[in-house]
Amino acid sequence: MCLGVPGKITEIYEQDGLQMARVDFGGVVRDTCMAYIPEAKVGDYCIVHVGFALNLVSEQEAKETMDLLQQIADIESELGPGAPA
Amino acid sequence: MKYVTEYRDAALVRGVVEEIRRTVTRPWVVMEICGGQTHSIVRYGLDQLLPPEIELVHGPGCPVCVTPLELIDKALAIASMPNVIFCSYGDMLRVPGSGRDLFSVKASGGQVRVVYSPLDAVEIARQNPDKQVVFFAIGFETTAPPNVMSVLKARSLGLTNYSILVSHVRVPPAMHAILGSPSNRVQGFLLAGHVCTVMGYHEYPSLAEKYKVPMAVTGFEPLDMAQGILQTVRMLEQGRIEVENAYARLVTFEGNQPAQNSIHEVFEDCDRTWRGIGVIPMSGWRLRPEFAAFDAEKRFDVGTIQTKESPLCIAGQILQGMKKPHDCPAFGKECTPEHPLGATMVSAEGACAAYYRYGR
Repeated sequence: MCLGVPGKITEIYEQDGLQMARVDFGGVVRDTCMAYIPEAKVGDYCIVHVGFALNLVSEQEAKETMDLLQQIADIESELGPGAPA
Repeated sequence: MKYVTEYRDAALVRGVVEEIRRTVTRPWVVMEICGGQTHSIVRYGLDQLLPPEIELVHGPGCPVCVTPLELIDKALAIASMPNVIFCSYGDMLRVPGSGRDLFSVKASGGQVRVVYSPLDAVEIARQNPDKQVVFFAIGFETTAPPNVMSVLKARSLGLTNYSILVSHVRVPPAMHAILGSPSNRVQGFLLAGHVCTVMGYHEYPSLAEKYKVPMAVTGFEPLDMAQGILQTVRMLEQGRIEVENAYARLVTFEGNQPAQNSIHEVFEDCDRTWRGIGVIPMSGWRLRPEFAAFDAEKRFDVGTIQTKESPLCIAGQILQGMKKPHDCPAFGKECTPEHPLGATMVSAEGACAAYYRYGR
C-alpha cells in the first residue's frame, strides 16, 4: 500500500477547488491530486500514491546518487568479485 | 520508465552488493520496516544475493496486516448494513475477520467496492446521495494525506453521507516497541522511503541515539534497497549511530509540509491496537472531535464485537521480526493466499505472501 509510482505530469487543471494533474506512467495516464505539491509544473516527475502526488522527484539528487552507485559498481567490475578489500 | 528502469539494472545492483560483501566483517541483523520492501527483497532475490553475514528481518510495515481484528469485524458489520456502500483499497477484501471477509460480504449481496483512491469514494458519495458511503481509511503515514483529503473534500462539498472508518498507524512508535523489547535482535533499520516522503526523517535521530541503532531511509527498487543496505552496513561496521538518507531523490529531512499540515488538521494521536502485536501507546491517528461527523465508528452502531483469531497463526511474531514465515507450521499448508489464516498471507505487503509467492 505504500508503493508509489513515479510518473510525468502532462497537464495541470483544477477540479472542485483541488489542484489536479494528468500523470503519465509509461503510457498509462491517471488523474492525480496535486494538493500536496502545489509547486509542480508540467514536465516534472512526481511520486504518486493512491491517486495523490506526494513529492517531486529531484533530478539533481537522482543524478548524484546514480553517479555514486555507478562508481561503486565500476570499482567492483575492475577488481572483480571477491577481490580483497 | 524513467526513475524505474535504471534502478533495476542488474549489473549496478550486483556492483553495490559486491561492495556490501567487501564491507561486511561480521553478522548483522537489519530490519526493513516496510512490507513493500519485503516484497521487493524477495521478488528480486536480494536476500539470496547478500553475503550470509547480513540477515534481513521483516518488520510490521504492512497496513493490512496490522489493522486490528476488531476494526475488520466492524468493517464487516457496517458493510453488511442495508443502504451502505463500503469502499476499500483492494488488499483489504480478503483479510480474514472473525470468520469471514469483505469478499464474502460482497458475495452475499453487500455493496462493497474497491477504489483506487479515497477521492473515488467521495465521488461515489456525491453520486449516491441516498446511500451512506464509508471508506476504510487504513494505513501508515503514506496513506494519511490522501485519506484526510477525502474528508476535507467531502466537507467542502457539503456531503453528509460520507464517513471513514479509521485505522491509522505510525512507524516510529512501532520501532520504539520493537527496539524496547527484551527479545529484540535488530541492529540496523531500513526506514520506509515513502513514509519519509511524507513525514521526512526528523523523528528518527532521537530513536537511533536512544537505542544505538543506525538507520538509512531506503527506496523500493532493487538498487535503492542495495544502497540502503550498503549505507546501513557501513554505519554498523564503522560503529556510527546516524540516520542517513539513501532515497534523496524523493525524501527530505523535513518531509512534505502541506501533507503534514493536513494530517494534523484532521487527525490527532491515539493509542492503537496492532493485530498480532497488541496495544502500542500513541501509535496511531484518529479523527479530531471537530470531524466527528465523518467518523464511521460514531455514525454506525455495530453492537458488541467478539473477536476470534486463528490459534495457528504466528503473524504477530513475524511482524516483530522474531520469526520468519517458514517457521510457521501452517505456512503453505492450512494457510495459503487462497485460504489465509492471517493477514500476512493476504497482502501485497505481507511477509508470508511474499515468501509463498516467490518460493522461499
